[in-house]
Amino acid sequence: MNNKIIRLEETHPLTWRIRDDKKTVWMEEYCNKNGYVAFKKAISHKTPKEIINLVKESGLKGRGGAGFLTGLKWSLMPDKLINKKEYRYLLCNADEMEPGTYKDRFLIEQMPHQLIEGILLSAFAVQANRGYIFLRGEYIKGEYILNKAIREANNFGYIGSNILNSGFHFDLFLHTGAGRYICGEETALINSLEGRRANPRFKPPFPATFGLWGKPTCVNNVETLSNIPSIILNGTDWYKRLSQSSDTGTKLMGFSGKVNNPGLWELPFGITAREILEDYALGMKSGLSLKAWQPGGAGTDFLTPEHLDLSMNFDTLLKAGSRLGTALSMAIDNQTNMVSLVYNIEKFFARESCGLCTPCREGLPWIVKILHSLKNKKGQNNDIRDLENLCISLGPGKTFCAHAPGAIEPLQSAMKYFRSEFENGINIETKDLNENIIGIQSNKF
Amino acid sequence: MSTKFTLSSFEINEIENQKKYYENYRAISIEALKIVQKQRGWVSDQAIVEISKILHINPSDIESVATFYSQIYRQPVGRNIIRYCDSVVCYITGYKKIKKTLEKSLSIKTGATTLDKLFTLLPICCLGNCDNSPTIMINEDLHSNLTPELIPDLLESYK
Repeated sequence: MNNKIIRLEETHPLTWRIRDDKKTVWMEEYCNKNGYVAFKKAISHKTPKEIINLVKESGLKGRGGAGFLTGLKWSLMPDKLINKKEYRYLLCNADEMEPGTYKDRFLIEQMPHQLIEGILLSAFAVQANRGYIFLRGEYIKGEYILNKAIREANNFGYIGSNILNSGFHFDLFLHTGAGRYICGEETALINSLEGRRANPRFKPPFPATFGLWGKPTCVNNVETLSNIPSIILNGTDWYKRLSQSSDTGTKLMGFSGKVNNPGLWELPFGITAREILEDYALGMKSGLSLKAWQPGGAGTDFLTPEHLDLSMNFDTLLKAGSRLGTALSMAIDNQTNMVSLVYNIEKFFARESCGLCTPCREGLPWIVKILHSLKNKKGQNNDIRDLENLCISLGPGKTFCAHAPGAIEPLQSAMKYFRSEFENGINIETKDLNENIIGIQSNKF
Repeated sequence: MSTKFTLSSFEINEIENQKKYYENYRAISIEALKIVQKQRGWVSDQAIVEISKILHINPSDIESVATFYSQIYRQPVGRNIIRYCDSVVCYITGYKKIKKTLEKSLSIKTGATTLDKLFTLLPICCLGNCDNSPTIMINEDLHSNLTPELIPDLLESYK
């Protein structure tokens, strides 16, 4: 966090309470900084429906990457009131494992109570009576911090039966994973929580009606949930005014890679990538220039320096051929070879495929093999065509979940903008020979 | 003569203790594997059978989970687990040099354990520490902004 930024309650709902020494803000300090005021206000003066409507009005979009409207997601939960023996679940997706993304870790480690307050408000809104924070197993410090924060919230009576005499009952548990990127996918997360392999489930039925153990379940990302308290406290008009674009509120954004000051900052939607790169990340390191960048994680399409003046919001980046994703951008310098870089990314996606559906299980290792040979200048004439065909075969709608479609985004955009680097990987000695045996010979590497 | 494998009362209590958090005991299978692994370093075939008895689930179901998740080790590992991040930001900032230095210092390749059983070297997906890359994790400790020069002292501190 850049200390030069003046973080105010009015302008930085997610980070104004953060300490300059980066230490965790525990219960006492959180309460002194208006903590749990929104929750108390909500459960005594508002109905669940009113909260859902507020979040709908606020225009809050999910911060996990897909950008689905949070209020709409909540309203998909069945309306029927539950009897006390029936469970309804609120799951916090804290399985952050997208390469290039480090925002949820920041919120968990520094502001656990903001997250818990967000969970409580969301649980109240969707009338959930049980919740789990699904934390990736590698976040050891986060595990300690969340456990302690949950204990504190329990001691204050914010979790448990008849919370603050409101009749609202909610239990919250921490569940840690054991490694696998796919656990971050909504339905795979549910399978993993149930103690199964993290294979995605077919939708419909959607988790809202048939989720954890077949019960109504709502899954929200850490950053999404952390936004809820301030929306309830300060209202939807205020929240909308924070933004400089059609997407509302603020977003944790940042730049990593060979920049002078890698990091993340809470910034309004609509800020340009150039402003983040130059004003906050302080530009590329000496002697390097920007060759390409990924807006929000390894599964987003590459953009070029010409796109730096685009507004950082969901719609604009989609129109530019990429996605906002997690909005934690990565700078690629001019010394990095795109084929080698994409090979690294595709190896990650191939390794992390759950193996459930054939296009992903078979297609990603195939892409890795081709990229390996291109990287070593042993590619064949038809390799680029094969990669293009694979991008079609693994595209949206062809697989069970978004793992493979996400995996091919960096590949297809790299081939679009840096095609010559792929062509340079074709072995000149065998170039003519290959012409005659397309479709017969396997890739050598 | 081999003695019969049993879980310790501590392990059994820890696993039983989890039952109050979940509607269905199958959900404990991953945590149960982690509990046993924390005590023994890895999870043996016999441990899987014993866990399955406590949770009343078929051992093959526990096995299917154990082989799916990357943090569960199905063969003995070293006392210290070194996991270097090989994801894209660490790629740009030079994880390969870190990996090479680790392999050279330990005289092993990724996936192997040193002869003295002190270290096991493994890759790991993004550790969410990209603004401080390259980064590695040794046991439960995160080490940021690494350079090859820092590796020898770092390894020494775990001996």
